[in-house]
Amino acid sequence: MSRIINLGMNHETAPVSLRECLASDPSNSGKALDAMKEVSSIKECIFISTCNRVEAFAVADDPRYSAVAILKIMCELGGRSNEELSSSIYSNEDGDAIRHLFRVASSLDSMMVGEPQILGQVKQAYALAVEKKTSGVILNRLMHRAFRVAKRVRTETGVSESAVSVSYAAVELARKIFHVLEGKKVLLIGAGEMAELAARHLSTHGISEIIVANRTLSRAMHLAEVFGGRAVSFNEIETSLVEADIVVASTGSPEPIITYETVKGCLRKRRSRPLFFIDIAVPRDVDPRINKLQNVYVYDIDDLKGVVEHNITQRKQESIKAERIVQEEVEKFQKWLETLSVVPTIVDLRKKAEAILEHEFKKSSGALASMSDSQREAMFVMARSICDKLINDPVVFLKRTISRSSSTGYLDLTRKLFKLDGDEDDLH
Amino acid sequence: MIYIIFNISLWLHLLSAGGFIVFLISQQKFVFRISYWTLLSGFLLHTAFLILRYILIGGTPVFDLSSALSLFSWSIVLAYLLLHLRFGLMVLGSFAAPFAAFFMIISSAMSWSDAPAGVGFKSLWLTVHVGTIFLGNGLFAINFLGSIMYLFQEYYIKEKKLGGFYNRLPSLATIDSINYQSLVTGFPLLTVGMISGSIYAQYTLGTYWQWDPKEVWSFVTWLAYAALIHERVAIGWRGRKAAIMSIGCFALLIFTFLVVSLWMGGYHSFGSLGEKRGL
Repeated sequence: MSRIINLGMNHETAPVSLRECLASDPSNSGKALDAMKEVSSIKECIFISTCNRVEAFAVADDPRYSAVAILKIMCELGGRSNEELSSSIYSNEDGDAIRHLFRVASSLDSMMVGEPQILGQVKQAYALAVEKKTSGVILNRLMHRAFRVAKRVRTETGVSESAVSVSYAAVELARKIFHVLEGKKVLLIGAGEMAELAARHLSTHGISEIIVANRTLSRAMHLAEVFGGRAVSFNEIETSLVEADIVVASTGSPEPIITYETVKGCLRKRRSRPLFFIDIAVPRDVDPRINKLQNVYVYDIDDLKGVVEHNITQRKQESIKAERIVQEEVEKFQKWLETLSVVPTIVDLRKKAEAILEHEFKKSSGALASMSDSQREAMFVMARSICDKLINDPVVFLKRTISRSSSTGYLDLTRKLFKLDGDEDDLH
Repeated sequence: MIYIIFNISLWLHLLSAGGFIVFLISQQKFVFRISYWTLLSGFLLHTAFLILRYILIGGTPVFDLSSALSLFSWSIVLAYLLLHLRFGLMVLGSFAAPFAAFFMIISSAMSWSDAPAGVGFKSLWLTVHVGTIFLGNGLFAINFLGSIMYLFQEYYIKEKKLGGFYNRLPSLATIDSINYQSLVTGFPLLTVGMISGSIYAQYTLGTYWQWDPKEVWSFVTWLAYAALIHERVAIGWRGRKAAIMSIGCFALLIFTFLVVSLWMGGYHSFGSLGEKRGL
């Protein structure tokens, strides 16, 4: 019987120098699949490679032998010796391998738990495996299950709910104040790298205008050009404050640029529209007392980091819930895997025939009531032998495939043809 | 008996209030859906009950405290449902449903008077007077609840304590626009209610205004809400200040609605309405 095996390394087991030797070349995944296909004991395989992890999953007859073969392939691709790699590599089999894949897909094994990119990367790896025809009945189902687990984890737990980077946290806060960022104006004070990063982040959320104020106007004009905004001089900050909704301050100034009095002075002209200061400068550009003003909110870099930390602890708590979902799904998959051998399939087939027979007899009991007992008996025997004859050839065929390596395909087909797994919802 | 309908409606309100609280904590959409439909069916039964009572006593059923509270609760749910259609804000129900259920419970704990309405109470003017005032009050109740939500959410953001209900409450802009909407819709209704009441008083009592305590306090409440609207529209007040003033206005409204009617006498008081002494 074939087994599911997994070999891999991630950000915890392998240093970046080792990970990048495999992940740096994007064509490596394809090469790895080609090489694995050549190994006779490997029937199906998939190769996942991102900057944080390298994973191979395979359905194989001889797990020991196949694992050694996969390790060898990884060494060749990365140009590293067996000794260098094997200390950083973990291997899992069956239930553990399934659980590992589900955890990877639902971002529970990520460096930043809950980060959304990994699912896309797993999907890409699967698409490549489909393209190279290295995935089969078991991997297909396993991967679809993995996507489903990821979806369940995302919707049923808060693992990927809240922002875990400073700029995300700032955008989320802005959303809690303004609801939508469409049509809002952003004033950037300082035109350095941080300002640019913040502006890029905000502009993907549909803000209408970016105003850039910088001590050297040329730099401000350059940044304004990039985002289709306009540049103003430092003296115009006060007037720009009247129109802005979000202010991102990131200058290197040793003293606060935005004083309490300045903001207080422009509140009336703003007609109390909310104003959100994001102060990512150290030392701070925005006087913290401004936070006390009505409808004005000031978050400095420490506050934002605090938000992020809070969110990370929350994610960790939520991941307990997620692990439970993963465990549930692993058990479900293993159950299915067990049915994918000859004897249970034949038993299920017989059971199905028997169930149909009884159901139909019960349905026609009214019409059969006028018959004598012996007639009814004969009728029943006839129906049963029709059933038996009908499933006899498939059963004989399945028994003959036991020794063949392609048996899983036939078993899967049989289960689908006769709908032996009930109403299987979600796949395909 | 029509009171069976009321009791079923009461239970539906309680169930839905419980469901909405569970939703507030668990954030599961299906919990919201169940609570919402439970509330809607409770509301429809309550509507049926009010119609039947209208027929039974031959006039708008507000002459005793029990009926008035039941109608108030009905108005709150109606206002909530209208604003839900407009904003689709799920968490609002977690505040509105328990609030409405609270008044339903008090209403159910008191005895109903089934005495038929006096001749003077069978007027379309009275129905308009009561209907507009109560719907206005329902909207002000939502305005009050929204203001509480606003103060909570503002506190979380200002103090940088992003735990608690921060994630569950909507954005400040959303809450503020619900508060604004409920205010500018409720105020004209209150105004129409007071004018129609005064016209009705002219018909039945021969005078538009007679310094009855309820009249005076209603006018004070009206002035307070007028001031709030003025500050919002003309000065541009919003957010926290507006929310605090909304809560103050609503306290005044409850005072006028309950305290004045119960203990300050006058022809509007439940005592005199029940005995029809006033007319």
